[in-house]
Amino acid sequence: MRHIISLLMENEAGALSRVAGLFSARGYNIESLTVAPTEDPTLSRMTIVTRGSDDVIEQITKQLNKLIDVVKVQDLTEGDHIERELMLVKVRASGEHREEMKRMSDIFRGRIIDVTDKTYTIELTGTVSKLNAFLDALDSDVILEVVRTGASGIGRGERIMRV
Amino acid sequence: MTGAEIVVRCLQAEGVAYVFGYPGGAVLNIYDEIYKQDQFKHVLVRHEQAAVHAADAYARATGRVGVALVTSGPGATNAITGIATAYMDSIPLVVLTGQVPTAAIGMDAFQEVDTVGISRPCVKHNFLVKDVRELASTIKKAFYIAATGRPGPVVVDIPKDVTQQSCPFEYPAEIRLRSYNPTYKGHAGQIRRAVQMLLEAKRPMIYTGGGVILGNAAEQVTELARLLGFPVTNTLMGLGGYPAPDPLFLGMLGMHGTFEANMAMQHCDVLLAVGARFDDRVIGNPKHFAKEARRIIHVDVDPSSISKRVKVDVPIVGDVAQVLDEITRLLKSGAERPDPAALKAWWAQIELWRAQDCLKYERSETVIKPQYVIEKLYEVTEGDAYVTSDVGQHQMWTAQYYPFKKPRRWINSGGLGTMGVGLPYAMGVQLAFPEAKVVCVTGEGSIQMNIQELSTCQQEKLPIKIVLLNNRYLGMVRQWQEFFYEERYAESYIDALPDFVKLAEAYGHVGMTIERPEDVEPALREAFGKYKDRLVFMNFVTDPRENVYPMIPAGKGLSEMILV
Repeated sequence: MRHIISLLMENEAGALSRVAGLFSARGYNIESLTVAPTEDPTLSRMTIVTRGSDDVIEQITKQLNKLIDVVKVQDLTEGDHIERELMLVKVRASGEHREEMKRMSDIFRGRIIDVTDKTYTIELTGTVSKLNAFLDALDSDVILEVVRTGASGIGRGERIMRV
Repeated sequence: MTGAEIVVRCLQAEGVAYVFGYPGGAVLNIYDEIYKQDQFKHVLVRHEQAAVHAADAYARATGRVGVALVTSGPGATNAITGIATAYMDSIPLVVLTGQVPTAAIGMDAFQEVDTVGISRPCVKHNFLVKDVRELASTIKKAFYIAATGRPGPVVVDIPKDVTQQSCPFEYPAEIRLRSYNPTYKGHAGQIRRAVQMLLEAKRPMIYTGGGVILGNAAEQVTELARLLGFPVTNTLMGLGGYPAPDPLFLGMLGMHGTFEANMAMQHCDVLLAVGARFDDRVIGNPKHFAKEARRIIHVDVDPSSISKRVKVDVPIVGDVAQVLDEITRLLKSGAERPDPAALKAWWAQIELWRAQDCLKYERSETVIKPQYVIEKLYEVTEGDAYVTSDVGQHQMWTAQYYPFKKPRRWINSGGLGTMGVGLPYAMGVQLAFPEAKVVCVTGEGSIQMNIQELSTCQQEKLPIKIVLLNNRYLGMVRQWQEFFYEERYAESYIDALPDFVKLAEAYGHVGMTIERPEDVEPALREAFGKYKDRLVFMNFVTDPRENVYPMIPAGKGLSEMILV
């Protein structure tokens, strides 16, 4: 099962490597990992997308909680939540592709944020599956470069994670 | 005040008695401050690994935080084995490592290594102090983190320039970390469920581990077991957690545990696990273990130890002593007791298993049996010595044939299984308890991994008694090769052993070689009598073909033991 785990941790040097090191040392898999400081500059928020059986996920959350720098851990998948990922795609936009790329971007509610004679760079935000669907919809030979942030997640409604 | 002076003042404020260490360039300022004070003593080892082991044993024997101090680069890398050993057995340590000056970090400077990076997977936590103003609070945090919750080693890496810079010194009286709040009080509802389950048990079993030793809960275990009349087993790390000569005690369980302990563990219907973690050397194959239905109550201070290898029914996170006190209190407040007829039948079954007498071995009049040496050691020391061991057959024989009556008397590397710990462990214990009988039971493989410490023992005049069970083989390796590799003894025979008597004498100690069974006891009596104030190195030439029984082959289940 795919799980999205959110954590708040002390914004200190080496904090990221503790989390990454934990996953590799214990053989847990990481599909994606994003991290940045929060509104409180002493805290970083991390979103980890991982896969594993319920037992493995239980161990992952326990092991994360055990890290001294980790302030809070939440498995977002346990409740209603929203996830979003940002993707930048550079595509071929010359000749017959130019109009087609614009149309595809519009359909997926992307934004073209950089233009040259031969290329567009499209910014797209959405769930992981939406971004995958966009890439699937393009011919692979028009895709020149793809950059994805990995998913960020937040609980819905009153579900709040803070210190 | 300089950073170096701050380090020393912090250690004094923590009431540290011994710092085990080895000087070098990056820690010279700290050593200069140590030179100027006499509140704590520095013990100069001969290899940094031994410094950490000695500090580790000091912590195991006393319950206080052990402290080691090493220099940057190779000083730190040599310390890693010691740190990993302490980490696996949850021993509270603060290891101070020197680091190259902050401006040189990342420049591949002389004796530079990324100590925080290298030690990260084997510490409870670590710090790199880049600002002298954070030095005192960081050391305070290190002691706090090391000693609380599930204990463990904490590394504080201190660049040389930080030890030179100055700032006002203030040692925080207490520390609070928003990200670290161990749970001590067990959940009341879970404790009530546990009590109910214990009362319903027809085939109960109490299984306790190192957590009972670390959590100072041996008394609580004993009180609870006696109140209910339940059988008790200890893990290798948990020995001494229940008085071994007591009839309720079934001996150690696990790979080389007793038949009765392993069978009772497999066939019980309610299992109370305390400060133990169901590891591979204890329950073997978890699938085999799960074949028999049983309900499990698991008490541990570390939530991640619960339901890791074995799913449990009643998890209780908390301080083991507090939780057991609460369980006992609840039991005593009610009149209900477990079904006596069922308990009687269960004990009858256990006695049948016990009648197997799985620790019997073939006696000999001509060759020294290693088990016999341990039995005699028990007699001569009246079962009241601090016993350290290295890793291998001798370790298992000591665990089997020296029935520990008290906690913190049995000092060995259970989790990491580090050969070479025995002698430095004995140093840490002897320094902590100068008047106590301290024995290091070892093998000729293990002892040579830290034999240079005989020199430290001479410098500190430590009257350690070394019991070397010398079978000329890496015995446990040889045993596995005999059982599982068709007797192909690849590199397990130790050729060209030194003359241990001369070696001991060269370091200024007393050496003896004992070759006949009838000389075993006199040699031990002489060592603890005539030579009680000296280090005595007893080289017992033992039967090279002796194996450790019972044995559960790796990957097998608890009821699949090989008996003699």
